[in-house]
Amino acid sequence: MNTCSFLFRTSLGKKYIMALTGLGLVVFVVLHLLGNLQFFLGREAINRYGHFLHSTPELLWGSRLGLLALVGLHLWAAIRLSIENRAARPVGYDRNKPMGSTYASRTMLMSGLIIAFFAIYHLLHFTVQVPVVNLRGTDFRLLVDQAQRHDVYQMMVTGFENPAVTVFYLVGVGLLCLHLSHGVSSLFQSLGLRTGKYSPLIKRLGCVISVVLLIGYWSIPLSVLLGLKK
Amino acid sequence: MNLTLKIWRQKDRQTRGEFVTCQARDIIPDMSFLEMLDVVNEDLMKAGHEAFAFDSDCREGICGTCSLVINGIPHGGQKGTTACQLHMRHFHDGQTITVEPWRAQAFPVLRDLVVDRSAFDRIIASGGFVSVNTGGAPDGNAIPISKVDADRAMDAAACIGCGACVAACKNASAMLFVAAKISHLGLLPQGQTERYQRVVKMVDTMDHEGFGACSVTGACEAVCPKQISLDFIGQLNRDYLRGSLKP
Repeated sequence: MNTCSFLFRTSLGKKYIMALTGLGLVVFVVLHLLGNLQFFLGREAINRYGHFLHSTPELLWGSRLGLLALVGLHLWAAIRLSIENRAARPVGYDRNKPMGSTYASRTMLMSGLIIAFFAIYHLLHFTVQVPVVNLRGTDFRLLVDQAQRHDVYQMMVTGFENPAVTVFYLVGVGLLCLHLSHGVSSLFQSLGLRTGKYSPLIKRLGCVISVVLLIGYWSIPLSVLLGLKK
Repeated sequence: MNLTLKIWRQKDRQTRGEFVTCQARDIIPDMSFLEMLDVVNEDLMKAGHEAFAFDSDCREGICGTCSLVINGIPHGGQKGTTACQLHMRHFHDGQTITVEPWRAQAFPVLRDLVVDRSAFDRIIASGGFVSVNTGGAPDGNAIPISKVDADRAMDAAACIGCGACVAACKNASAMLFVAAKISHLGLLPQGQTERYQRVVKMVDTMDHEGFGACSVTGACEAVCPKQISLDFIGQLNRDYLRGSLKP
């Protein structure tokens, strides 16, 4: 146990936790997008995929608990580090002109906390399927397709037909991508993998991943809202 | 040129400080920022007031003693320049300039613009050295070192320990300083023996002194008068991980 205590004790240890849990969550976000994009393959594809994910409860709940642990550790490290970082500068500057830093890098805590709230709403909306939060007056749990599977396709269409819900979704995903534009390249730095000739590549990686994720995640609600998918 | 200065005035460590406004008259654009402060102080003393205390030593940008946050940027924002090498021609007549000390828990203000940076000395004392047995002087070129490593070690060794990285960081983190020190020793053959103990001890001292963690914003690299690269922090993160996991 002592071997790993530095992870929880030192500032660098907590950054390793941030980086590793962040990496796990980025992998999830990419896989989640790849799964969701089957929406464009039509009702049959996405419903089959939804059924497949729910078919093995052991794997489903194993993944869910794993994700919860990642989020929990990521949040814990973020809050601990933020408290320590604030304590490191009790008296601030009268004038403070940010130099060299990006907007995303200075607002990681705030964007992260808003994303956490968005994720809670998103789970209530599409996973727990609480009827009140979808603002459509439909109970998503009752949607069933011809093969008696849960009709994921219809749920996505109905869910994104409300402009307020869709705008919140777009903002949530936008903040996630802002968070990742700094987070992805930063996690390589924290793990000591950003040195020498890899440095420019890793700097760009964060931006590229963010833009790709943004286009991918925005494409689904926008296509519904613009009436391209019914 | 005439300028208005908004300067931090603080009697000692215990007393609360405040900003005071004063005039800098007949400043020659070729003066350095510190020379401008000398003029202001001389005028103050002639009028029977107390001069502003500020740190300075070599005044040629190599000692790392001057430590002023000028208009919200440590060393004033000219690339690769310390406050003593910052010239008044970068300002315009009639401008109001805010001058503050480094702000960090680990760098308490001693008086006015002077801060106590001995936390850096304690970090160095905890491991920032190479232990060498005394004896006959070794041949200078007896140990082969690749040009690439020698150059990178020299880039890291350019750190003058001024603390601008801490002052600019939103977390008042000393990572760039520690990274420069562990890299300049760790990249050379002579530094290998103590490489991993060194990094663990220095990071522990850094945490103990109350510096924050690295958020990889890059503010430190941007203000560093010696333009130490953020890549060295990657090296520090890598070495610390190895050092901590070493059996």
